Amino acid sequence: MTKLKDWLIAAAVLVLGRGDPPTREPEERIVAAGEPERRAENVVLLLFLLATLAGAAFIVVYALDRLSDQTQWLGLSIGAAFALLALACTVIARRLVVTEEIAEPYPEESEDAQQEIEQIVEESGSRFTRKRLVTVAGAGALGTIGAALLVPAASLGPLLHTGELYRVPWRRGRRLVDESGRALTAADIEEETFYTAYPEGADRELIGAPIVVVRLPLSEIHDRKDWAPRGIVAYSKICTHAGCAVALYRKPTFAAVEPRPALVCPCHYSTFDPARGGAVLFGPAGRPLPQLPLEIDRSGHLRFAGTFSGPVGPGWWGVRMGKARS
Amino acid sequence: MKLITALACAALVLAPAAAGKDRRGAALYAANCASCHGLNGQGVPTPTPGANGIEGQGPPLRNVGALAADFYLRTGYMPLANAHDQPSRRHVVLTEAEIRALVGYVASLGHGPPIPTPHPGSVPAGQRLFTDHCAGCHQAVAQGGYVTGARVPPLTDATDRQIAEAVRIGPYLMPRFSTKQITPAQLNDIVAYVDYTKHPDDPGGWAIGHLGPWPEGAVTWLLAAAALVGICTLLGRRLRA
Repeated sequence: MTKLKDWLIAAAVLVLGRGDPPTREPEERIVAAGEPERRAENVVLLLFLLATLAGAAFIVVYALDRLSDQTQWLGLSIGAAFALLALACTVIARRLVVTEEIAEPYPEESEDAQQEIEQIVEESGSRFTRKRLVTVAGAGALGTIGAALLVPAASLGPLLHTGELYRVPWRRGRRLVDESGRALTAADIEEETFYTAYPEGADRELIGAPIVVVRLPLSEIHDRKDWAPRGIVAYSKICTHAGCAVALYRKPTFAAVEPRPALVCPCHYSTFDPARGGAVLFGPAGRPLPQLPLEIDRSGHLRFAGTFSGPVGPGWWGVRMGKARS
Repeated sequence: MKLITALACAALVLAPAAAGKDRRGAALYAANCASCHGLNGQGVPTPTPGANGIEGQGPPLRNVGALAADFYLRTGYMPLANAHDQPSRRHVVLTEAEIRALVGYVASLGHGPPIPTPHPGSVPAGQRLFTDHCAGCHQAVAQGGYVTGARVPPLTDATDRQIAEAVRIGPYLMPRFSTKQITPAQLNDIVAYVDYTKHPDDPGGWAIGHLGPWPEGAVTWLLAAAALVGICTLLGRRLRA
């Protein structure tokens, strides 16, 4: 604890400390010394403070999920933060920086030139009386607005409790139903087309719920033959790249000369082979589309028979560390 | 008795005409289709040198029916010079009479579905169905796009009948949809929506070729950039003055 305190004090001294190295006073000024502008400086400090508050307000509004008109408040706060920042910059440029137009021939290449520019920049700030305070206030405003822009990233997903990401609503023996909730039978599934299905009686909004079902000639099934009764195969409908719905199915009209059947994601054209366990044929997806083992019960209905071949959903940092589980 | 006689006479008169049409269809088939689809529509599974030096190869046409023949001939998809090419919409060389004869002949090769007659239904229902079944490839406003290994055609030139036919047969890499998946009534709705996309309302104003949100955003940014540069120039001039 005391260590943390020491560090905080050290950081404060570093930022606010007066331990400036003594600056050499040049013999001759380039930019005329300006009158100190105490009032303008106060205005700038106030504007920076308000910009900081507006940035912080964005973070607060973002965290308050139930706020009515949240979107409008978000826009108002971040908009105000940028507007105040712009105003502060305008006041600095018009009131505080010493401006002077100097016409001179294009300078010869020399070592002094760089020094001269540094001197001009240094002297242009002669109106500032509390340079360090203004710098800190400006950095504070910029930092808060930056933090406000980064905060929404927290909504992208759970950071620590990632167990939820592996959960799927499929249990062994659960029937497949179509969009209208009707249980699918093996006879319903025809070749050369595709079907979207869900687990019976489960929440369809869950990422593991939607699946795509296609039927291939039994002879064409290359991998996991026992997962594909009568050539019917089922895969998660969520692309393993960015989580879009795999909504495209291409099937050849004349297989001898045309590309073989594939499930394609319309977002970035990741292409998966339904005959080979969802292997990636093309595109940015880094792992195969997770396959579901199927079985046909006595009444001819399709049922889930076991576990997914891999975790369902888009790629994230720990996706390969776990397994899909019910 | 009189009726039967009349019918018999009519049959005698019409029979040669029908046979003539059939012969014409057979001749057209032999000249334009047989090297790839086989003399009797049995298909040519492996490349086989045929008439006119064409390396023939193609699927069987036994039970495709008038529906498929009508679609492929009226869109100019067939005849196709090279079996490895993706068929695309082209100028139709055959005359109306020739197409009718050829469609009749292909239909006579087996038992296939007849030519459908769609009647455009509800546009909102059609939009939902189109989004579910078609938009993945053809895009939300039917402008077409790509699927790995093929181009997806825009539907701007597709007639109502061709839309109804394509849904059932699934040309080239497109999946086909049975009447169980898309009922005839639902198909009518889809046709209505595709017709609507040919002349959409464009409530937002400038449509920019219906290319979608990304190009629209890019155009907006370009305009905004031009405006910003203009404002900067104006400010600079005032400061210099």
